[in-house]
Amino acid sequence: MAVENLKCKECKTEYELGASYFCEKCFGPLEVTYDHSRLDAVEAKRRIQAGSQGIWRYADFLPFAGRPGDPLEPGLTPLLRADRLAERLGLEAEIWVKNDAANPTHSFKDRVTAVAVAKAQELGFETVACASTGNLANAVAAHAAAAGLDSYVFVPANLEEQKLLATGVYGTKLVGVRGNYDDVNRLCTQLAETHPWAFVNVNLRPYYAEGSKTLAYETVEQLGWTLPDRVVSPIGSGSLFTKLGRGFQEWLDLGLVAGEQPTFNGAQAEGCSPVATAFAEGWDICKPQRPDTIAKSIAIGDPADGPYAVEQARRTGGGIDSVSDEEIRSAIKLLAETTGIFTETAGGVTVGVLRKLAERGEIGSGEKVVVYITGEGLKTLDATRDSFQMHEIDPTLDSFDAEFAAAQATA
Amino acid sequence: MSVTVKIPTQLRAATGGQAEVEVSGGTVGEALDAVFDAHTELRERITEDGTLRRFVNVYVSGEDIRFQQGLDTEINEGDEVTILPAVAGGC
Repeated sequence: MAVENLKCKECKTEYELGASYFCEKCFGPLEVTYDHSRLDAVEAKRRIQAGSQGIWRYADFLPFAGRPGDPLEPGLTPLLRADRLAERLGLEAEIWVKNDAANPTHSFKDRVTAVAVAKAQELGFETVACASTGNLANAVAAHAAAAGLDSYVFVPANLEEQKLLATGVYGTKLVGVRGNYDDVNRLCTQLAETHPWAFVNVNLRPYYAEGSKTLAYETVEQLGWTLPDRVVSPIGSGSLFTKLGRGFQEWLDLGLVAGEQPTFNGAQAEGCSPVATAFAEGWDICKPQRPDTIAKSIAIGDPADGPYAVEQARRTGGGIDSVSDEEIRSAIKLLAETTGIFTETAGGVTVGVLRKLAERGEIGSGEKVVVYITGEGLKTLDATRDSFQMHEIDPTLDSFDAEFAAAQATA
Repeated sequence: MSVTVKIPTQLRAATGGQAEVEVSGGTVGEALDAVFDAHTELRERITEDGTLRRFVNVYVSGEDIRFQQGLDTEINEGDEVTILPAVAGGC
């Protein structure tokens, strides 16, 4: 059994493995610790490769004593070489796109939710809950349904309709809160004190966050057990960004992969960029903002892991940039046209920042770059509205020819 | 001004189990000082060098004080001051 304890990231106080998430001494976040002293790298690799076709193949590095069962196992999503995207950006680098929309509920949130729901069952909870900007809502409702647990899902009431519909269908108790995500989050923090529920991203947050490491593990495995030189990832709370770093570091420390940490580039929307602002200003805290962006899934004005994301970008020689709503829309189209992948607004933020890095000449020739696409375009259809024109014709050859005469003449 | 300060469950050992503390003060800082005077252990847990620790959030009637004047935010009779951990939520 490798999983050991919960430990405060600030003052290092240790706690038993339970449903707690912050340090009683200094309010710092708790993180799961492992004892891998008896792990043999060759044997661990063999176990991974002989494992399931999803995240449980990495069970040795997740917070469980055994191997959880899961009818909706996420993971092993495609990692695709995107040469035409690189070409459009004028890059002579290897650009790889990790398409994490290819999960059961179409976002990377299936990874963290699968881990949190399995832990909730292990700890004996009968009800799971979450504060969500939409993707997590879909995932929690679905994984709770699959596990036969009750669920409460709290979202800002003004969320995209697609995300509300794709949550309610699972039979969860969907609660639309009149406020922004940070209001929802505060309410859930208070509810977690008074209700015996497993809030996946509140009282189970230390376990939940561990699920994001599987994105790093898969990247290494899919790149033939090598590390990328650079990663570009969206930043909402900063949890995914920092856990990618933790995943790479664990495997470096244990000798499962050789090399060094990639350069970390974070991506935020201008309309909600507390972490990019902290990076630019050299702060070690993030000043909260009131979000105003189409990238709602990462519109967190008070990001819990913001300070750690800033540290990680600095430590690896990377950075954190932000892009406008217009740049987000155009980047969604760029990715779709060059890779066949239709991403939601958060993916537009990530590709928009990749384009910025390319324009600034920060990506060297021959660099191996992994871009994390964390969600599905069908969930934010409004972002693509009016970005192209449909040709409407009568069902006759003449009508078709008339519409396309010009195009055919030049063909 | 008389206000209610709400204490998170995990800190109630320091208040003898009390979930709420009634204090008086004109600003959030004064109200918290009054709480710390009554329950000394809380000062070190919530503040460091006279400022709030970086993972502590304080709200006055639901509004984050960082959107107002921080610890200098004025409080009105009957306001509720809530102390919560900042590490919740996210993607």
